Amino acid sequence: MTLLTEKRTPRARNETRKIRGKVHLREHLMGWLFVGPFGVVFLAFLIAPLAYALYLSLFQKKLIGGTSFVLFDNYVKAFTDPSFLSGAWFVIRFSLVAIPLQIVIALTMALILDAVTNLFARFSRLMIFLPYAIPTVIGAVMWGFLYSKGFGPLTDIFGLFGASAPDFLSSNLIFYGLLNIVTWQWAGYYMIILYAALQGVDPTLYEAARMDGAGRWQIALRIKIPLIAPALILILVFSLIGTLQFFNEPQILRYLAAGTIGADFTPNMYAYQQAFSLANFNYGSAISFALGGVVFICVYAFLFFTRKRRSFL
Amino acid sequence: MTDRTSARAGSRRPQRFLPLQILLGFLVIYFLVPFWWVIVNSSKDAPGLFGGGNTLWFSDQIDYLGNLRQLFTYDGGIYLRWILNSTLYALAGGIGATVLAVMAGYGFAKYRFAARRFSFAVVLGALMVPATALVIPTFIMFSRLGLTNTVWAVILPSLLNPFGVYLMHVYARDAVSDELLDAARVDGAGEVRTFLQIALPLMRPAVVTVLLLSAVASWNNYFLPLAMLSDNRLFPVTVGLGLWQGIASANNAGTTSLWSLIILGSLVSVIPLIIAFFSLQRHWRGGLSVGGVR
Repeated sequence: MTLLTEKRTPRARNETRKIRGKVHLREHLMGWLFVGPFGVVFLAFLIAPLAYALYLSLFQKKLIGGTSFVLFDNYVKAFTDPSFLSGAWFVIRFSLVAIPLQIVIALTMALILDAVTNLFARFSRLMIFLPYAIPTVIGAVMWGFLYSKGFGPLTDIFGLFGASAPDFLSSNLIFYGLLNIVTWQWAGYYMIILYAALQGVDPTLYEAARMDGAGRWQIALRIKIPLIAPALILILVFSLIGTLQFFNEPQILRYLAAGTIGADFTPNMYAYQQAFSLANFNYGSAISFALGGVVFICVYAFLFFTRKRRSFL
Repeated sequence: MTDRTSARAGSRRPQRFLPLQILLGFLVIYFLVPFWWVIVNSSKDAPGLFGGGNTLWFSDQIDYLGNLRQLFTYDGGIYLRWILNSTLYALAGGIGATVLAVMAGYGFAKYRFAARRFSFAVVLGALMVPATALVIPTFIMFSRLGLTNTVWAVILPSLLNPFGVYLMHVYARDAVSDELLDAARVDGAGEVRTFLQIALPLMRPAVVTVLLLSAVASWNNYFLPLAMLSDNRLFPVTVGLGLWQGIASANNAGTTSLWSLIILGSLVSVIPLIIAFFSLQRHWRGGLSVGGVR
């Protein structure tokens, strides 16, 4: 990364080149030795499956005539398939609400925890982070119970006010039901990343700002937030990747919310159904690959537009 | 905290933070409600669960021991097997992924080798590839090799951790100085020894972070084992509980007792993770701040 631009006499340069030649070969070798094992895994479990998915997605298995090469037919089919499109539309809508919500909550909590430094704050930090330690599946199971009419607390709580409990597993409210689960699960993790970034800020900057007459709010808005922009972009990218490939929570809630969540609720669930329930691996691969492509393009476009602050990459 | 200076500091702005702390209190309650519900309701038996008593408080009968016995003996003790499977997958996947990521991150940070920039750019690009997009083709590849429905089908793909490589790269770049490495080399230490004895101790916070994050990712994995495994004796606890959830929902009347097993099973399954996070928290948080600022 660092460019060494030293001016040297021709003779000295010749000397160093001789030594360099030896050193260089060694460096190349050692570098590849360290990176190599990961490289093998990378090729085997990332590049190869991606290439294979692309390959599979170009074929179709027909009842008569076996498997045949169809080029982009599967993709044309996917992007005109109401099941795929409705799932894609759902995850896009969901991202637009869930991601800003999670980040605002995470940022608020991180700023509070950065400002308040007592025992209660330390305790809170751990408790808020706790849901991240819970597998998403278990989180969905837990919330599924809390939502359920049979043994969840909502009936009791709303009963106190003489109201009937909202059914977060009904098709009207499932959006909010899932929104709540995802926020609960991930906001604490994002908070920890932001909090860690805030802890890394040089405190003398605050001192200087205070000298200049900045209040707490101004310090938070004008100094803290801009300084942790790279961390904010990092969690934005993470949440974008995560939300677009939404699978675990709706898959688990399907059991409880029969009729509300279909097998094609999100693109990932649809790909899973095509591949594993209908043994249609070609179409399933096409959906997976299309989804991966959409995620990649979204994230890349996002990073491009924020490239001035992209220092985390 | 009761000495005079801090008391005076406190009195200078005594209540300014109070609204913030109240807000924090509400948030903590929100984040803890599901745990509370699970802790309370795993003490109940099936009638207590469905009997319509207070769902956020204990019933008259607190029967953790009986429920635990039921949980660990149901279906020939399959639950314990699931926990052990999860432990195996998390340890094997987590340690393996960490070793690979630490080596690769260090290699990228400290050696100038051919195609380094390009390779690193490819790894960064891989951060954006959703892991679930890989499950279906990996499944087909593995089924060709006869690896599906074996522990390898779950462990091998979890060795891939591009984010770990990125984290280690950034950390090694900043925490391990080139001068120090050169000094070690001048003193006659080989590259491997320099790495193990000089660099590795300096990278420890990031190593613990990567280890914890990859172990948790393996423990939490659901889609991959769900696709790869058909023998329920190989399931991790996530897929196992999902299976029970499906059975219990499908025939609600017949298997009401399964619900209490699922509730207690959820509680028991998160205890190891919580212990891991809390016991290691001093180490891993330092590793997360990299990439945050700068």
